[in-house]
Amino acid sequence: MFTYFIFFITLYTQVFLLITFLEKDGVFVAEEEKEQEEKGELYSPIVTIVIPVWNEEKTLAGTINSVLALKYPKDKLDVVIIDDGSTDKTFKIAKKFSQYSFIRVFHKENGGKHTAVNFGISIAKGELIGCLDADSFVHPDAVTEIVKVFRDKKIMAVTPAIRVHSPQNALQRVQVIEYELCIFFRKMLGKMNAQNIAPGSFSFFRKKVFDDLGGYKKAHNTEDMELSMRMHQHHYPIANAPKAFVETVTPRTLKGLYIQRLRWAYGYVVNMIDYRKMIFNRKYGNVGMFTLPTGALSALAAIFLTLLGIYELGKRVFEKALEINTVGIHFYPMQFTAFDWFFFNTTFLAVVTFFITMATVIAVFVGRKLSNGNTKLGMNVVFFFLFYGIFSSVCLLKAAYNVVMGKRVTWR
Amino acid sequence: MYKIDSKKYIITFLITAGLFATAFFVSNMFSGEKVKELQSAQDRVAIDILSSEMQFSLLAEASCENVGNSSLSTELSSLGTKVAYAENQFQSNSDEVKWLKKNYSLLEMKDYLLTKKIADRCKTKPVSILYFYSNIDGQCNDCKKMGYVLTELHNKYPGLRVYSFDYDLDLSALQTLISLHKVKKELPALIIDGKTYQSFKSVEDVEKLMPELAILKEKADAAAAAKAATSTKTVK
Repeated sequence: MFTYFIFFITLYTQVFLLITFLEKDGVFVAEEEKEQEEKGELYSPIVTIVIPVWNEEKTLAGTINSVLALKYPKDKLDVVIIDDGSTDKTFKIAKKFSQYSFIRVFHKENGGKHTAVNFGISIAKGELIGCLDADSFVHPDAVTEIVKVFRDKKIMAVTPAIRVHSPQNALQRVQVIEYELCIFFRKMLGKMNAQNIAPGSFSFFRKKVFDDLGGYKKAHNTEDMELSMRMHQHHYPIANAPKAFVETVTPRTLKGLYIQRLRWAYGYVVNMIDYRKMIFNRKYGNVGMFTLPTGALSALAAIFLTLLGIYELGKRVFEKALEINTVGIHFYPMQFTAFDWFFFNTTFLAVVTFFITMATVIAVFVGRKLSNGNTKLGMNVVFFFLFYGIFSSVCLLKAAYNVVMGKRVTWR
Repeated sequence: MYKIDSKKYIITFLITAGLFATAFFVSNMFSGEKVKELQSAQDRVAIDILSSEMQFSLLAEASCENVGNSSLSTELSSLGTKVAYAENQFQSNSDEVKWLKKNYSLLEMKDYLLTKKIADRCKTKPVSILYFYSNIDGQCNDCKKMGYVLTELHNKYPGLRVYSFDYDLDLSALQTLISLHKVKKELPALIIDGKTYQSFKSVEDVEKLMPELAILKEKADAAAAAKAATSTKTVK
């Protein structure tokens, strides 16, 4: 029964998001730019970009160069680089950019990312404040697109569309698919004011958020999720700017990816526990009634199905071992007959899985189109489906184990 | 911004329920088609057996050349695999599948009897094994291993006929066969050359009990070599 329930919830989530995709408007309706122009009050505030750095000598210059290429008026930009006690050439590289009038560079003792960001927020000149990681690169239109969304005065934060920067190997190309899927999810959740994470990389907030709610907290190494939950708790809406592109460098190795995803999964689980009162609570709108419950159930489902998968795999391995032990390994030509459709799995759960897979393929397709206009689905999509489900579930399982055993996870 | 659009949640629920119902309908439709395929395969096997029986009855000693090993054994074996698969998969058609299983067991018995008659008439030895198993937990711990052995033997000696019977199947003809050969419920049970063996037998054990398997393999290898020789192009 539990298996049927899991499949129902998974399919429900996909259908909900696809219905949202088909809806014309979301919960946010801003004045048209033309109307604002006619009134002579086109919204164009000062924007502060905080760049916290710690030993980022390889990528910092590239990040700052992408900021310099922003089309947003430079007299409305305020860039604050905070070196959080780097031990390499990071500060030296950053200092070279202080020649620009709108770039300020600071150095402080190492205290963790959230301390660097909070320091940057405290000295920010802008009405809108965002954070950019030093291994991320912004599109020239990114800030302009984000400011457009803030025209709706009710919106308190806006998330970007994050892409993978220059994928080098198969693992990074599979992550491209995942990030494209996230672009779709973020746009849909953004439409409903249902995003539970405003990612640290280039999400922007009105200064009022930090004035009213305080800055980032050291929350299980996922400060961005904690802040987002705190915002929803105080009814501070979060929207999305689907054309505000920022590219980030993703892990190149399986170990690197595992460390990153374990941190995310751990943070996800413990933040959900901290904010559990919001789950299934109508007071918190679609976050409380959709994102958090489906997220929690999906996490449980992933753990359950992974354990079931491990059990089934173990059974198959045991049976194969028994067969080899009984009769050895032999190959006979007659064993390899043509494919017989009779043995194709057409059980109820197999058909439901097909529907869920198709819905996900549609989401990937839309996310890909939003990301780069590309509509081709290559082999990377196949690898994504084969690899990611299992990998994410393993990270979630380990994260849940760490939570239960009281083990913390680290950044690196 | 924090108001819920209840209508959307309800519509989503209804669409999801509709998709679930569609999945149920589609999977039922597929299992129905597969059951039909099994029925049609069984009809074909029944006609083949009937045809062989008629042929055998109508002709004289010369029939030994005409009524030999046909493709019947392969079709029966593939049918058996499909019936076993269907038993595991088609919960909703379980009565139909049970009926198919009984029908399949009867076809196996008919084929076994026909093979025996031909062997008696043509003074040859039938190369066949009767195998009794149980699917009930705890009733036959070695049945899985025995299955691997019989599959291996069938692959190694394509002329070998293996007739598998579920000991617990509610079929009077099967119960008669069990009592005729005095098969006790100590499974797996094998009947080879009229003798009953009530324990697991490895590949080597069966090969020792059936030395005719080696002759069968030699004949099959010779036939394959002859076929390869005639299909080879000659270069002038």
